[in-house]
Amino acid sequence: MPAKRTIRTIPQERTPVREQDPAERARNFTEVSLGYNETEAIREAQRCLDCADPVCIAGCPVSIDIPGFIRKVNEGDYRGAYDTIAASNLLPAVCGRVCPQENQCEGVCTVADTLEPVAIGRLERFIGDLAITQNWARPPHITPTDHRVAIVGSGPAGMACAADLAKAGCDVTVFEALHLPGGVLRYGIPDFRLPNAVIDAEIANLQQLGVTFITNTVVGRLFTIEDMVTELGFDAVFIGTGAGYPTMLGIPGDSLNGVLSANELLTRANLMHARDFPTYDTPIPLGRHVAVVGAGNTAMDAMRMCLRLGAENVHCIYRRSRDEAPARVEEVHHAEQEGVQFHWLTNPVAILDDGRGGVRGMRCVQMELGEADDSGRRRPAPVPGSEFEFACDQVVFAIGTNANPIIGQTSRLSLNRRGYLEVDQDLATSIAGVYAGGDIVTGAATVIEAMGAGRRAAAAITRYLAIRDPGRRYREGGEPVFGMPAAERNFAPLRLATVPADPLPGDEATGTTERTSAP
Amino acid sequence: MQPASRQPVGSRARGLSTSSFEIVGREDFSDLTYTLEVRHPLMARAARPGQFVIVMSHPEGERIPLTLADFDADAGTITLVIQAVGKSTRELQRDAQVGTTLYGIAGPLGVPSSIHPLRTVVCVGGGLGVAPVFPQARAFHENGTRVIAVLGFRSADLVFWEEKFRDVCDDLILCTDDGSAGIQGRVTDGLTLALDSYDDVDEVVAIGPPVMMGACAEVTRPRGVRTSVSLNPIMVDGTGMCGGCRVRLKDGIRFACVDGPDFDAHQVDFEDLMNRLGSYRGDETQAVQAWEQSCHRAETAASEVLVTTLPTDDGRA
Ligand SMILES: Cc1cc2nc3c(=O)[nH]c(=O)nc-3n(C[C@H](O)[C@H](O)[C@H](O)COP(=O)(O)OP(=O)(O)OC[C@H]3O[C@@H](n4cnc5c(N)ncnc54)[C@H](O)[C@@H]3O)c2cc1C
Ligand SMILES: Cc1cc2nc3c(=O)[nH]c(=O)nc-3n(C[C@H](O)[C@H](O)[C@H](O)COP(=O)(O)OP(=O)(O)OC[C@H]3O[C@@H](n4cnc5c(N)ncnc54)[C@H](O)[C@@H]3O)c2cc1C
Ligand code: SF4
Ligand code: FES
Repeated sequence: MPAKRTIRTIPQERTPVREQDPAERARNFTEVSLGYNETEAIREAQRCLDCADPVCIAGCPVSIDIPGFIRKVNEGDYRGAYDTIAASNLLPAVCGRVCPQENQCEGVCTVADTLEPVAIGRLERFIGDLAITQNWARPPHITPTDHRVAIVGSGPAGMACAADLAKAGCDVTVFEALHLPGGVLRYGIPDFRLPNAVIDAEIANLQQLGVTFITNTVVGRLFTIEDMVTELGFDAVFIGTGAGYPTMLGIPGDSLNGVLSANELLTRANLMHARDFPTYDTPIPLGRHVAVVGAGNTAMDAMRMCLRLGAENVHCIYRRSRDEAPARVEEVHHAEQEGVQFHWLTNPVAILDDGRGGVRGMRCVQMELGEADDSGRRRPAPVPGSEFEFACDQVVFAIGTNANPIIGQTSRLSLNRRGYLEVDQDLATSIAGVYAGGDIVTGAATVIEAMGAGRRAAAAITRYLAIRDPGRRYREGGEPVFGMPAAERNFAPLRLATVPADPLPGDEATGTTERTSAP
Repeated sequence: MQPASRQPVGSRARGLSTSSFEIVGREDFSDLTYTLEVRHPLMARAARPGQFVIVMSHPEGERIPLTLADFDADAGTITLVIQAVGKSTRELQRDAQVGTTLYGIAGPLGVPSSIHPLRTVVCVGGGLGVAPVFPQARAFHENGTRVIAVLGFRSADLVFWEEKFRDVCDDLILCTDDGSAGIQGRVTDGLTLALDSYDDVDEVVAIGPPVMMGACAEVTRPRGVRTSVSLNPIMVDGTGMCGGCRVRLKDGIRFACVDGPDFDAHQVDFEDLMNRLGSYRGDETQAVQAWEQSCHRAETAASEVLVTTLPTDDGRA
């Protein structure tokens, strides 16, 4: 064991991560950050002080044992590092890429008092990627309980809940409205930040745990939440439908052609592959001079996507200042490197018509920051007489989203004033056996918080099932579900979580799915 | 038969989705209009008049919204009536044969039409709108309302579902542009005739191209007859997530896929709707051209090497 490291003895510089050259990457769709290699990871791991009071753990929404996993990286025990992370976080390859670490673990890291914080996120990604290539997330031995649980929505909240419940032996079915699973990870966050291959791998892991994904299913419309716990025979339901309903600004001109939400832009580009039009059928409006309103992660993704789609210049219009921008610091930085022009303290008041139903520009007003509001951020107010016109041919709104209304429209679940689902401290909704978490409860938040909520709900559901119905047996062959025999249903037959979907190499010989190298 | 461009563009995720939506019936009304009957027992049970589905014919396809023109819970099928207007609908016309499956179909979407018992209702369907207005006509008929149908076609040879409508309507006014069937005139003429003939019309339901729905709204506005229209903006997800389907009403913006597609015609800004429907015209043309070229390639290839497993359809381009 080497001598205890101190702030003086550790490598002073944060290990830089290799990235694609900004000029080049701003025109391609492959991932910007190339991630650490082994040498870089070990060097960075040596910057951790292994604090007696690891404040980083408290800063992590799911309390990953951060010094614990970094210690393992130091020792070269990557598998051990993975198991340490996986005890709290099921999607390290995703979170290492998209968590706002500067507001979480890295923001409070002791090293950050004097130097740049330990690059916890990059280390997490290093381990997460290794786990995918090495297939470490192999299913543990699962003892089936024969409880059937449904998950509504396949975003990070639903994925996390599905994983924990499958491990607890439940027969888990995930219903997704779109044709592919993954939620925002799939349709929102672009490939250059989170490659589809990573999401595919995480979904495949869930399938190995026995989770069934049923896409093209809009719950509430095809069947209701109430149907699920009655006729459809699920013992519990978790709702993780997200907060995808985009806000439009409501200023003159906002229904002109060339005005769209960031969600629409990103959905067309990512989920529907419009960037490969006409190989794929979905088109995308291409602006040459694009103005994106907002400065959150969604705005950054939209701007960087527009550059890659071929926009000549892309402008960020934000009514507060850079310090208040809600995006991850790294994304703002990347956007700047790639050539996005930022207009802080600027607010649009009208979108101008080109006379042919399209956009010729935007009228904006300068803002100044006044008193702090409820959120603690200083409230922007328009500077009188500062209006000016700004030429652009496309306007993208990335100014936030609201609760998706479908579940609220079609069930008796209690909603709060803003349309989000109301839950108790166990994430239980107003219907027995129905739980909810993620953005549909909290409003737009983060991947890790959604995931944490999914796991908390899974724990609560496990308790609920055990209390309600200990050791219940599976109804083989089954009574009609939703008034129909199983064969009549138009989705894959539900099945028990005993065998992985695809037998794993090596498992065929023993016929077990026992974890072979558990620590 | 798959066009050549479609095959290799794969992600592993493709295998994840549920894609066993079998086409069990098909009928071609004309060179342009065809119906598909798709097996989907759950949807057949859940569907209500006024709702629609989103169809993806293959993994590289668009998500296209189509009204549920009929549904039969006992048979476990839903019926779509489709007009081949662009790449996706023409490709579907070629590929969607009985026995094949659709890659994706999600629904029923949208808020069901409100069908209260009334004295008399006039259901107006023009062109594309004839089929979608059928479920509403039937539902009104079933709850005891007197139903007058006004159906518009360009000419007699394009008329379809006349008998189906007669079964559920108390009166049917057929309008053709050239007078080859029914009265010569537009559906607005038929609507005026209906309103003049029946003095107890409580509601008009009008479905068709935006121009037609706008014109119907102007016929009923001075008479103060409540009028509902089913709007058809461009959609992507159909689940309220993209805002592409937003429509302008007098009192603000709504998303047609989750707040509609039915709206009070006298509140709708039709000009805005028509402007927005034109936003992808250039791309649509490009898609059709690229597609026609690839069809050509695929057909040449097919005639040389492939044995097609589908029945050939002589009527297609
Ligand atoms: C462009 C963009 C970039 C972002 N970047 C970051 C980032 O860098 N870091 C970060 O931490 N967070 C980021 N976020 C936020 C983060 O993605 C979300 O907080 C998180 O995905 C919420 O997870 P969720 O599981 O609650 O919902 P979602 O991920 O929204 O998933 C909900 C799923 O439910 C489905 N669904 C909805 N209604 C129904 C229904 N009725 N029936 C069936 N299925 C339904 C939806 O189709 C969707 O697939 C970003 C968000 C966006 C939009
Ligand atoms: C709620 C709803 C219900 C619909 N129901 C039906 C139906 O039952 N039967 C049917 O045939 N069509 C219906 N449509 C229209 C159908 O979705 C479009 O015709 C289809 O998406 C066109 O795709 P395409 O690739 O073939 O044509 P494109 O190449 O995309 O377009 C070709 C032409 O069609 C016009 N067009 C494109 N999208 C729409 C649209 N959403 N509405 C009207 N015109 C459009 C374009 O402006 C263009 O002129 C409905 C649309 C909505 C929103
Ligand atoms: S606070 Fe920073 S230095 Fe301390 S244990 Fe956590 S990561 Fe290591
Ligand atoms: S189609 Fe995307 S919100 Fe309606």
